[in-house]
Amino acid sequence: MTEYRGVLICSEALQGSLAAISWELLGIGRKLANDLGEELYAFLPGRGVQPLAQELVAGGADKVFVADDPRIEYYQTDSYTALMDGLCRQLSPQIVLMGQTSLGRDLAPRLAFRQGTGVAMDCVELSIDLQDRSLLQTRPVYGGNALAVLKTETKPQVATIRPKSMTEAQRDTSRRGEVISIPVNVPPGGVNFVKKVTEEVEGVKLEDAEIISSSPGGGAWGGTRPVCDSGWLPAQLQIGLTGKMVSPNLYLVVAASGSSQHMAGCSGARNIVAINKDPEANVFKYARFGVVADYRQLLPPLTEKCKELLSG
Amino acid sequence: MDIIVCVKQVPDPETPPASFRIDPGTNKVIPAQGIAPVISTFDELAVEAALRIKDKHGGKVTAMTLGPESARDVLKHAMAMGADEGIHLLDAAFGDGDGWATAYALAQAIKKVGRYDLVLCGRQAADWDAGQVGLGIAEFLNLPSVTPIKKVEVSDGKLGVERLVADGFEVLEVSPPALLTVSNELGEPRYPTLRGIMMAARKQVTTWNAQDIGVEASQVGARGARTKLLRLFIPIRESKCEIVEGEDVVDAATKLALRLRESKII
Repeated sequence: MTEYRGVLICSEALQGSLAAISWELLGIGRKLANDLGEELYAFLPGRGVQPLAQELVAGGADKVFVADDPRIEYYQTDSYTALMDGLCRQLSPQIVLMGQTSLGRDLAPRLAFRQGTGVAMDCVELSIDLQDRSLLQTRPVYGGNALAVLKTETKPQVATIRPKSMTEAQRDTSRRGEVISIPVNVPPGGVNFVKKVTEEVEGVKLEDAEIISSSPGGGAWGGTRPVCDSGWLPAQLQIGLTGKMVSPNLYLVVAASGSSQHMAGCSGARNIVAINKDPEANVFKYARFGVVADYRQLLPPLTEKCKELLSG
Repeated sequence: MDIIVCVKQVPDPETPPASFRIDPGTNKVIPAQGIAPVISTFDELAVEAALRIKDKHGGKVTAMTLGPESARDVLKHAMAMGADEGIHLLDAAFGDGDGWATAYALAQAIKKVGRYDLVLCGRQAADWDAGQVGLGIAEFLNLPSVTPIKKVEVSDGKLGVERLVADGFEVLEVSPPALLTVSNELGEPRYPTLRGIMMAARKQVTTWNAQDIGVEASQVGARGARTKLLRLFIPIRESKCEIVEGEDVVDAATKLALRLRESKII
């Protein structure tokens, strides 16, 4: 019988750096590995990613497996699944973690099923059950109305983590680890990449913004799924379960009811301020400050007063 | 092009949070009174995507669901929208499965259908939001898959697909048979027409049990599940909202601005 040991994370690079999700995966991955007293492995796929291997070591990885190849610059189901599957067979990790990103959403189920095991998606809390050393996975369900605690009874235990839900690892360049290059075989698949179309909206990126409003004004703004579906806002500005996950210092929720699906996208916001005509609106349950008013009447004087305070 | 669309019946996601209840004894949601379950939002869009292909290129659209007796309603809904047939996987053995067990049963049923060029699913179900069953079916049937998509078109026997990514989309060419999962960026689903509803009411739904699709009861449902649910609960969210009031709207706005400044939020 195979002995499953260690934690394997699938890291992601973005424009020559490790993506924020990679630091979050390192943070929780290192913690779980420590709790088990086992090693943390990191997989690093992409094009020109080799220099980032030491960053993963600095973030806590004991071993980094690099697949650096121009043919896997963009995520592709067949090649990435084959690489991760090969790594899982080589390492037999007990736990495999990815981000709930466009990569992890696709790769985690595909990998888990190929490994003959289950997967828990979009987890907001992961811990080790001290009785049997297995992974406990907590994830929001029913659009955020409930939380489910799950345990996968087969190995490896595969999970994706919700962006911004785990503490990022601290960078420590004194850490030492091993970097191993792995060969890339791109299996012939039924999907051919034609091109990528970037539709990034001008201005501050939602994921990086300090202040976000669900109404046009200064700074970044985004909206609910109905607003985006009706074409008032481009799809890239959708905040919620199937849109962007944001974590600004201030999220000003204007005239949105606060559906669980929408609020799931801003659970990382440090301060939520709600403006709604309906005093019973669900959004007030999430807000730190709220005003019961028609936003059309409230926003102009609010903007004025804020400007005055900030200039003074 | 023959298309199989997998659809799921879920509690209405528009159910007000105040009516949302869980039975801690069974770890199950207590159906809200007077609110009928519905076809999962993204699955309805998968039906729409299939019908758009059928409108242009012809072929057959088969809706498939796994669920209790009541789940027949979502097949009827898909058929009222324009799907030609409905297949209902109905067996107590299918109950309480995880993504693995459900994907396995659906994959075996799709194998039994035999002829298909495309399998469509919603990107995730509106109840569990996991988004793993579609990919599981693809893995069990060894199909290429793309997820989540906002557009699919057929030309020269190939599928032109647009896959959503964080900063835009990827254009991909896929050889059928393949599996795609559909996102809300596809656009609005059509309403069933009166004629469609009447046609659907007359059509029979095919019902298959575990034996019909050649699976053992131990491979599906709760017994086949890899991932077990230990606990389902409603998180306690104490409202700590400070409602800022004023003599009028301008006064309220001023007070809010001051509170934000005092709290160092701005």
